[in-house]
Amino acid sequence: MSSSNAAAKTATKSGGGMLSGLTTWIDERFPLTALWKSQVSEYYAPKNMNFWYYFGSLALVVLVIQILSGLFLTMNYKPSSADAFGSVEYIMRDVEWGWLIRYIHSTGASAFFIVVYLHMFRALLYGSYQKPRELLWIFGMLIYFALMAEGFFGYLLPWGNMSYWGAQVIVSLFGAIPVVGDSLTEWIRGDFYISDVTLNRFFALHVVAIPFALVFLVIAHLMALHEVGSNNPDGVEIKKVKGPDGIPLDGIAFHPYYTVKDMVGLGVFLILFALVIFFAPTLGGYFLENANFDPANSLQTPPHIAPVWYFTPFYAILRAVPSKPLGAALMGIAVVLFVFLPWLDRGKVKSIRYRGPLFKFFLYSFAISFLALGYLGMQPPTPAFTLAARVFTVIYFAFFLLMPWYTSIDKTKPVPTRVTYHAH
Amino acid sequence: MTEEVDTGRRHFLTVATVATGAVGVALVAVPFLASWKPSARAKAMGAPVEVDISKLEPGAMLKVEWRGKAVYIVHRTPQMLAQLEGIVGELRDPESTESDQPEFARGAARALKPEYLVLIGVCTHLGCAPLDKFSPGDVTVSPDWQGGFFCPCHGSKFDISGRVFKNVPAPTNLPVPPYQFVTDNRILIGAEKGNA
Repeated sequence: MSSSNAAAKTATKSGGGMLSGLTTWIDERFPLTALWKSQVSEYYAPKNMNFWYYFGSLALVVLVIQILSGLFLTMNYKPSSADAFGSVEYIMRDVEWGWLIRYIHSTGASAFFIVVYLHMFRALLYGSYQKPRELLWIFGMLIYFALMAEGFFGYLLPWGNMSYWGAQVIVSLFGAIPVVGDSLTEWIRGDFYISDVTLNRFFALHVVAIPFALVFLVIAHLMALHEVGSNNPDGVEIKKVKGPDGIPLDGIAFHPYYTVKDMVGLGVFLILFALVIFFAPTLGGYFLENANFDPANSLQTPPHIAPVWYFTPFYAILRAVPSKPLGAALMGIAVVLFVFLPWLDRGKVKSIRYRGPLFKFFLYSFAISFLALGYLGMQPPTPAFTLAARVFTVIYFAFFLLMPWYTSIDKTKPVPTRVTYHAH
Repeated sequence: MTEEVDTGRRHFLTVATVATGAVGVALVAVPFLASWKPSARAKAMGAPVEVDISKLEPGAMLKVEWRGKAVYIVHRTPQMLAQLEGIVGELRDPESTESDQPEFARGAARALKPEYLVLIGVCTHLGCAPLDKFSPGDVTVSPDWQGGFFCPCHGSKFDISGRVFKNVPAPTNLPVPPYQFVTDNRILIGAEKGNA
């Protein structure tokens, strides 16, 4: 017994020696240790990052969950109008654990948008898009656009009736473009209607093109982040105050400090994620819409078409405008306006902690409008709801278009030179 | 002879190579982009369809499929046709000047034979299928409803000739497809007389 224990000990020791030998062997051929240090163990992040800083790493985890669960779904899914609906039912009923893999993927789609919306709101709260993080923000917005495309293409694949009519409505939006509109929609569909051809190409875009773009953009987003450094709830540039060793005084190594912190967030996230998957996979029709349990029918519109919740704020803006080209244009502008935030914001401070009352008023009105539009976009277009949608649309745009004005005259508070931090 | 690099020459060659390469990339992109257009098979499947309307009762509607779209055929009653003139003031395009239909379908009835309305059942707003709400006063539309089509997606309203009302999101009247009567009881959808 004891001799085998001793043997095990020496084995571990020599294993460690082999491991460091292997590391050296690799480092002479590939910058493994250098990458680990520069990106993780010696990447210094502000020590005061709070709750709002969980959602970036969570988004990365959800991306991995989606790629893995999606990979396994493609092994049983058939992208043809004759087989698609049936193959999804087959996954749900006949494939071992197929229901779990599919619910992970469908819940993951909504989870992706939840964490990304919170991640974006964090940037609004703390001015994370401001100089020098403009490009970081633009990469982030491109990720968001790619994610919207991914969600849209993916939603057609189950070939349910809501899939079908949702795609019909969104593709028709391009018909609002003058002159080329009609031939453009025909080109997107590859047919005179949403057909087998459309389903097949949306599948290709969903599983090959957009995921590649997403991964590339995420790498660019992280490279830009690690170049300029993370912002923080005080909006203070920690690189301005460095110790004699050249390390920011308010910076702590990403690993182990933030890897450990993010694990806590991940644990909480996974508990909530599992609760939805196991107890409410459709979340009352919000994550998977009820009308999608009928197969696609090109002759029968569902009584009430609404996109999945993450598109409804923009859908409400579209419906609020009583003109097709103008509605489609406003909807597009509402999405794209985020890109211009770094230049619309004339504020001298980054963080909400030192902003003035005007910015707070507009930011909170915007957040309320976004949620209200999200709700209205799910409801039938009654006159009262349409009026409400118009009011919130005006507030939505006011946040962006009046920003140069209210951020430049706002009464801000003095910003400290170091981050505020209380040890606990 | 000089050992100096002729930077002007290098620059010209670089620009010329990049430009030639860019033309090549653009030309290679054409087949890939064109492969997204409707294929020969998709075009062939868009051929005209013939429909028997002998069993269509007055006041009833028949849905048939042409090019994957619903085509509505309504056997209109005299009461329905009588509504067409009275509501002209509430319509956006009563004469169908901005709307999509064959030449023969311009008037208030928008049909070859007024008692048979043939429409493409695709809302001109965002492509939903408008519902047949033919009974006047249908409260699911509005209390003063006179009967017509109602799109449940975004609330667009059309009269019994598919003409769009004012103050709704749809920009134009419901399209009328090309069609012709082969016999009194058979309609060919997808082809007009003369160019079938």
